[in-house]
Amino acid sequence: MTSFRKLLIGASLGATLLSSTALAASEDGPIKVGVLHSLSGTMAISETTLKDAVLMLIDEQNKKGGIDGRMLEAVVVDPASDWPLFAEKARELIEANEVDVVFGCWTSVSRKSVLPVFEELNSILFYPVQYEGEESQYNVFYTGAAPNQQAIPAVDYLMANEGVERWVLAGTDYVYPRTTNKILEAYLMDQGVAAEDIMVNYTPFGHSDWQTIVSDIKTFGSAGKKTAVVSTINGDANVPFYKELGNQGIEATDIPVVAFSVGEEELAGLDTTPLVGHLAAWNYFMSVDSPENDAFIDTWLDFTGNDDSVTNDPMEATYIGFNMWVKAVEEAGTTDPDAVIAALPGIEVPNLTGGTSVMLPNHHITKPVLVGEIQDDGQFSVVWETDGLVAGDAWSDFLPESAVLTSDWVDLKCGNYNTQTETCGGS
Amino acid sequence: MTHLRSYLFTVLTCVAGLLATMATAQDFDALVASLPDGNFDDRAAVVGQIAASGDDRAVGLLEALSDGELQVLKSDGRLVIVTDVKGVDIAADALTGAEAGVVPRRGASAIRVNNSLRRTIGAAIGILTLSSPDPARRLTAAEAAFRAPDPDQLDLLQTAILDETDPRVSAALKSAIAATTLAGDSTVADKLAAIAILKTQANQAALGILTPLVAAPDAQIAAAAADAVDQIERTQKLWSGAQNVLFGISLGSVLLLAAIGLAITFGVMGVINMAHGELVMIGAYTTFAVQEVIRNSFPFLFDWSLLIAAPLAFLMAGAVGVAIERGCVRFLYGRPLETLLATWGVSLILQQTVRSIFGPNNREVGNPSWMSGAFDIGHLTITYNRLWIFVFALAVFAILLFVMKKTPIGLQMRAVTQNRAMAASMGIRTGWVDAMTFGLGAGIAGLAGVALSQIDNVSPNLGQSYIVDSFMVVVFGGAGNIWGTLAGAFSIGIANKFLEPYSGAVLAKIIVLVCIILFIQKRPRGLFAVKGRAVDG
Repeated sequence: MTSFRKLLIGASLGATLLSSTALAASEDGPIKVGVLHSLSGTMAISETTLKDAVLMLIDEQNKKGGIDGRMLEAVVVDPASDWPLFAEKARELIEANEVDVVFGCWTSVSRKSVLPVFEELNSILFYPVQYEGEESQYNVFYTGAAPNQQAIPAVDYLMANEGVERWVLAGTDYVYPRTTNKILEAYLMDQGVAAEDIMVNYTPFGHSDWQTIVSDIKTFGSAGKKTAVVSTINGDANVPFYKELGNQGIEATDIPVVAFSVGEEELAGLDTTPLVGHLAAWNYFMSVDSPENDAFIDTWLDFTGNDDSVTNDPMEATYIGFNMWVKAVEEAGTTDPDAVIAALPGIEVPNLTGGTSVMLPNHHITKPVLVGEIQDDGQFSVVWETDGLVAGDAWSDFLPESAVLTSDWVDLKCGNYNTQTETCGGS
Repeated sequence: MTHLRSYLFTVLTCVAGLLATMATAQDFDALVASLPDGNFDDRAAVVGQIAASGDDRAVGLLEALSDGELQVLKSDGRLVIVTDVKGVDIAADALTGAEAGVVPRRGASAIRVNNSLRRTIGAAIGILTLSSPDPARRLTAAEAAFRAPDPDQLDLLQTAILDETDPRVSAALKSAIAATTLAGDSTVADKLAAIAILKTQANQAALGILTPLVAAPDAQIAAAAADAVDQIERTQKLWSGAQNVLFGISLGSVLLLAAIGLAITFGVMGVINMAHGELVMIGAYTTFAVQEVIRNSFPFLFDWSLLIAAPLAFLMAGAVGVAIERGCVRFLYGRPLETLLATWGVSLILQQTVRSIFGPNNREVGNPSWMSGAFDIGHLTITYNRLWIFVFALAVFAILLFVMKKTPIGLQMRAVTQNRAMAASMGIRTGWVDAMTFGLGAGIAGLAGVALSQIDNVSPNLGQSYIVDSFMVVVFGGAGNIWGTLAGAFSIGIANKFLEPYSGAVLAKIIVLVCIILFIQKRPRGLFAVKGRAVDG
């Protein structure tokens, strides 16, 4: 009996001790940062660099003494380009690893797959890639470009500076190109472009035989009106597309292609000589001349140990998101999700193009829009930029069903507030 | 006295001449120095002045500007032309050509050029090189004038065509003059003549110039243009059928290359080899590795890189194939489901191995000069890389056919797959033959990788995009029959390309797949069914 009682006391003592250390760990121990990027499978090509970028940022922050004396610790998982696995891994990060914030996802479908998890477990996701908009979630912060921060300004540039009157909207067949092209089509019609001057074309993922499409583009472009291609072609399909363009002799001075998914990283696998002059619209280019960017590139090259590695737009978005989160945690004085989410809107951090980005109440940020032309060294030369910063718009003004919606998590506490019926459409 | 006077005159003219050249040289220097200032429109104006200055250095300078080689050194603001010599940026003074040393990373910023400025530069260089002794340069100049017709240049072009001896340049100049005439305000008769010239050209560029003229204010011109456009469009429609066949053959040759190795491993041996795509990928990465070595050590061999890579890719992929067969597949003969799963696992392992060694990013495989560009036959555009891939596919097919039908090892392979027990009792080492057969199929997949590296991206995912197509081709053509694979590849390719213009790429693929499924329902053994006892073995 005595021994049993002793055991009981010992056990309860041990339990109290254990729970108190656990409590201490979550308050004074390292802050855990989840990284949810594919390291294998199709998307590894794009996402691996973002994982490295987060690790580098954590490294740098720790060199500065962490946040309020607490060190940061990365928890890296590999969702392997498998959309349902993203949700499982997100759950694992939040529940099992107890991370305080997650940086991750690339494709829209992976983001959509983790949304319910973040909502249910109330955690924070920073999403660093340009996307189709039409979304605003309490737990998600979108540091990539919304359509009005990439697609629309690019089209404006082509209209004003190149005098383009005929448009080919070419994309891979999935949600981002379809939505973006829907918005662009509505916008072009608004600007007085006739329906017969717009050609929309979709191709499957990883499409590699572009002969017919490039020849169609050539024919479409020979109607005597200046023609441009707006490309939302994703990932690997770009390389054969550009190769075919080069081989069929379509030069940028004849039919320029402006791409929303081609950055320094994608061009690294390509001989860019035949592509000189084709365009891309982003919020950041590696070639941007600013002290912040020079410093960032130097750190990145040191971190990777490879002088040939490149930086790109989603990396800058990760950089902005990470610094905003650090500042918000410092301001809130805690890593508690609700406190940090409340602190984030209004946070200002420098971006890499020499300006300051602000987190808006709709969980999108302000950023400049740059149009760059491909150079023969695989870099972009900036030929145009917006005068000031453009505020990210979650709900496009050019689609009738979303023009009436607005998102405001500060005053309205709603991601899809209908301004006509004055009701919140969802959670 | 007269002597003295003439002497004086000569001296004076010399001095005057010298002064004049000094003045223009100074102007030129000032013009060039003002290039970095202002916006693109300012720069375009300066480009025009530079072209008009008549300075010898103008062409070289404008070309450097167009190529982004004209840069400003950050250290002292000097204008230099930067050229890449073996991966090192070397600067030379833009005006004097004097060496300015090596440029550190991000140590110079290029003077920005955009597409419209590049067009202006192209036209300016065109004017300057229209009388160049090199016919190729004159041709480029004439083509530039055609692309950016400028009425001010009409006289210049008309003078140039009088002295032109090269027929190709002459033809290009004729089109350029026609385009320029139509762009300016020449007489109606001149314009009608110009329309007639473009009408005979009947290509898309001519269509681009003529289409807007259909809405011309002058009824005569509008009618002539409408007639010309109509006729050109009709010709183009006629040719588009031929173009589709051509595209189909080209797609078919890619499919053939991708599938032909599988025709051995799956078709002849009956192994459901899901790692086939990865063997193709290994071939592509071998090409990349060979090119890397050549680029770094023997740059003069670059045009031969693919020929050097081909045998290496065959051996590399073949060796991996033999390893897969010996290490995994041979334990699973006669158990297709397990083979499928095991080889799929192997494919994932191979992918991740390559990803770990070479990184997840695309690797750059360059096109040798003989595989770049295109040529025209009638109104068909044939790109060289597609043409060579077609030739290569047929060559591989022929070699494979020869090996299978005419060599002892081919005979043994067929014997073992048709009747293993009998072959073994005849003294054939069936295990060794299995390994060789699988290795042959794998090696041919490696060869396909060499060709595909020219049109697709070299990434660890390369193989995945071809595996489904390859199986489709082999099943459709009839497993076990190499000729079936040839017929299957080309019929799928051509069907796909005929559907694509009507249904779009996504739907075309689906329609082809549905048709094949229906076809297989009717003829489960494919186009060319293998008959006889071997089928049931």
